[in-house]
Amino acid sequence: MFLIIGSNPAESHPMAMRHIGIAKGKGAKIIVVDPRFTKTAAQADIYVPLRPGTDISFLYGLMNYAIENDLYQHEYVQNYTNASYLISPDYHFEDGLFSGLEEKDGKLVYNTASWAYQKDGDNIRKDPTLQDPQCVWQILKKHVSRYDIKTVSNVTGTPEDTLLEAYSTYCESGKPDVAGNLIYVLGITQHSYGTQNTRATCMVQLLLGNVGMPGGGVNPQRGQSNVQGACDMGMLWNNITAYLAVPDATKHPTYQDYLDVTTPKTGYWSNTPKFVASLLKAWYGDKATRENDFCFDWLPKSDGKDHSHMSSYGSLEEGHIKGVFCWAENPSVAGPDASNEAKALEKADWMVCVDIFENETAAFWRRPGANPAEIDTEVFLLPAAHIYEKEGTRTNSARHIPWRWKAVEPPGQAKSDLWIADRLYKAIRKEYEDGGAFTDPILNITWDYDQQDNDEPDIEKIAIEINGYNIADGRVLGTFGDLKDDGSTACGVWVYTGYYYVDPQEQDPLLKVPATKRHGTEDKSGLNVYPKWTFVWPLNRRIVYNRCSADPAGRPWKKDKPLIYWDGAKWVTNDVPDFGIVNPVTKAPSPPEVTANAPFIMLPEGQGRFFNPSGLKEGPMPEHYEPVESPVKNPISSQQNNPMAMRWDGIFSKLAETGSEEFPYVATTVHYIEHYQTGVRTRNSPWLVELMPEQFATISPTLAANLGIKAGDDIIVSSARAEIKCKANVLPIVRPLIVNDSPVEIVSLPWHWGYTGLSQGDVGNNLTPFIGDANVAVPEYKAFLVNIRKA
Amino acid sequence: MKKGISRRDFFKYLGIGAAGTVFFEGISAKPAAAGENLPSYDVGPLKITKTKETSSGCSYCGCGCTTIVYSEDDKVVYIEGDPDSPINEGALCPKGTALSDVYTIVDKNRQRVLNPGRLTEVLYRAPNSDKWEVKDWDWALSEIAKRVKKTRDETFEEKDENGVTVNRTMAICQMGSANVNNEEDYIINKLMRGGLGVVDLDHCARL
Ligand code: SF4
Repeated sequence: MFLIIGSNPAESHPMAMRHIGIAKGKGAKIIVVDPRFTKTAAQADIYVPLRPGTDISFLYGLMNYAIENDLYQHEYVQNYTNASYLISPDYHFEDGLFSGLEEKDGKLVYNTASWAYQKDGDNIRKDPTLQDPQCVWQILKKHVSRYDIKTVSNVTGTPEDTLLEAYSTYCESGKPDVAGNLIYVLGITQHSYGTQNTRATCMVQLLLGNVGMPGGGVNPQRGQSNVQGACDMGMLWNNITAYLAVPDATKHPTYQDYLDVTTPKTGYWSNTPKFVASLLKAWYGDKATRENDFCFDWLPKSDGKDHSHMSSYGSLEEGHIKGVFCWAENPSVAGPDASNEAKALEKADWMVCVDIFENETAAFWRRPGANPAEIDTEVFLLPAAHIYEKEGTRTNSARHIPWRWKAVEPPGQAKSDLWIADRLYKAIRKEYEDGGAFTDPILNITWDYDQQDNDEPDIEKIAIEINGYNIADGRVLGTFGDLKDDGSTACGVWVYTGYYYVDPQEQDPLLKVPATKRHGTEDKSGLNVYPKWTFVWPLNRRIVYNRCSADPAGRPWKKDKPLIYWDGAKWVTNDVPDFGIVNPVTKAPSPPEVTANAPFIMLPEGQGRFFNPSGLKEGPMPEHYEPVESPVKNPISSQQNNPMAMRWDGIFSKLAETGSEEFPYVATTVHYIEHYQTGVRTRNSPWLVELMPEQFATISPTLAANLGIKAGDDIIVSSARAEIKCKANVLPIVRPLIVNDSPVEIVSLPWHWGYTGLSQGDVGNNLTPFIGDANVAVPEYKAFLVNIRKA
Repeated sequence: MKKGISRRDFFKYLGIGAAGTVFFEGISAKPAAAGENLPSYDVGPLKITKTKETSSGCSYCGCGCTTIVYSEDDKVVYIEGDPDSPINEGALCPKGTALSDVYTIVDKNRQRVLNPGRLTEVLYRAPNSDKWEVKDWDWALSEIAKRVKKTRDETFEEKDENGVTVNRTMAICQMGSANVNNEEDYIINKLMRGGLGVVDLDHCARL
């Protein structure tokens, strides 16, 4: 059973689609929820059209249906979620807003005190009967009860019978022995309430007992070859590496403050001090001692404000950022309000771009309409190596970390990014040898990657540093359970511990190699686990939260496909368990009742959250709001938009008003199989350009008829930000949806094109709004307003 | 090729050493892993006989398909899916199939040549200039390092307005990348954050 929402794997993740197709051949049902009738939808048993930006309504409708018709997984909800927890009596919700909304420094913020669990000392108060009106279950029931089929249909524009069919079909997965697999991607995340959309998908999966099950789960499809790995390596402003929070001067002025604030008392994150100390040892080596807090103060501290992509562009535009490194990334095509982002780059003194082809960001000074003579920015464009011209690992959607070997030398002067980063460091260090601002970290950071007779840095040394080692003897560690907070271990990325470890127990000489390099093809369990096909973080665990695959007594929910189960005397494991299967002291098997109460090991309370007591920015539970640019008033409450959506001033503030007559159609950005993201490589591939030659927008036959447009006509698509020219594609894969009794037309807009390379076209993202999700500042690409006319 | 090792076993050896440096000789269209009972469709030696095979991966979507790269004289000539891989079981989508185009393409004379768009030189665009100039690595690295030092030194904050040690610069921004290897990202992050004190560091997972 698949629920694919806001994701089109047939185009964007073709090999995932292949496996879905194989499952379909064995009888799995596929439900696709998407504003467009996509290639994935064409393979579906049920296709659910919905208006862009209304996923929470759809998912809440599903939850309400499951609860009203008693189709949810009772035992799972009772034992593995926080359904029984009591919430503060001060909690309430009214007309789209939660309790605790306050104004602070002219900005709205939630005070989350009223969302907290009730406690007796350290213990959370619970009602196992789930009857207390303040228990999460009752709050949830009441919250989603507003989303009946009729209401949902009016918000999403989906016909009522389609909703009913989808809901009743997916609720089959509420049976304990039926797994439901929820697949989502950018259609869920790229909204001003994208994090809450994602929360809603998790809540559905908890309700139907689908998390931790083989064949189940909440499965985001990663868009890029190493987007997962880049996040793990700490390439997001808010974590150093491996999800360790960035030090924040307003919250943790000292190391002790940092440890106190970021380390919960229970759950796996209670080990945070070991991970941080090991990271600091990896970076600052001998200089990092217990006495000097392992050089914690050498790390930069943020100022309590956001520093993600859009905020950096805001800062560029305001003239604060003077130097830019743009490493294998192309925001002048990928960023929101891209033409204004390109304009903001003019404020930089210098920019260093690293890529395989000239991209639009490197070439921003000769973009259409710009006068190079007026642009002062110096640009360095460094030629890089492609994946098969170097070695190393990338991490896929399933957290596999396979090693890739080097096939050929990069052409001409092109170099691996490893070489470029290494030489850049050395050049900067040289500049600082005669002094400069705070030279300590620059001169002392561990950087011993040279090899004899080879110009490339020693990648094995870097891999071992990422993996973690014992400092005294250099022993490579097999598990992050061995990391210490006393400075005796070094580890750059704690979740990767084990990826470069050679298993001493391994008998097969072919597999007695660092785990990432394994190509073992055995799958004894028949569950597609393939435990020796490379390495999966954490600890080679293929299915996380796998205690949930068995009932509290340790019996597998799916008897024919047991992942992990208690055989009466011990645990039988077809995957690496994420709970202690033996008592750490006595080594005796831990009986099921000991491990049943905290299967969600990364949460302090150990149980899945329908209600998030620490809250996301806009609430402890999702709620439907309209996209910031919407053709309609919010049909659910008088709160039109997410009150916490991130907005910016100046050139980035241009928006269409609700119900705009100037921009009456809802646009959503989309991908096609032949091109990859900003197209830097694929638009330079003659094969792919032949298959998919130019920029277009898809509109419905009704809209085309109204506007007198034929397929193949040149059209202008405009938004409050910009306008672009492209071809019209007229197909009933988008159709008007009826919302508040009026039709809403949908425009589907690929965004792979730009002004460099073999195939060129206008930048789709010139149209998208500079609006960010309240929690993680992901732009609202998936629902905004446009107009269309013949060119 | 060592005797007794099937074609499918071949890639398992990659981890041990001598990665991808063996010529794969004399294959025919006989399915080598399938044992002796299957028929052989002998169509003579394949064109890729003289190529080197290397295990690599696709650089596009997050499926992370495993590829076999065929190269000749240090030129990539063909790429296919690795049949051993449980991820893609030998298949590739159009993008993965076209991965070799990033290195070489077939030109109008039906010759395999370097993709003319590939960057093979260090390029520099001076202020107000309307063109790229070719430079060498030494010059570029040292000029970049000077810019980094100047910007960092002019804007570096050791303490904030409350006297908290912050050791940061908020005038340098690092964007990227979801398109380089883990080990590369790791040292880029280490340099920018751990060395220079950069706060504005983000990549396109956000986009
Ligand atoms: S071959 Fe296609 S499906 Fe496989 S990783 Fe590449 S882009 Fe994704």
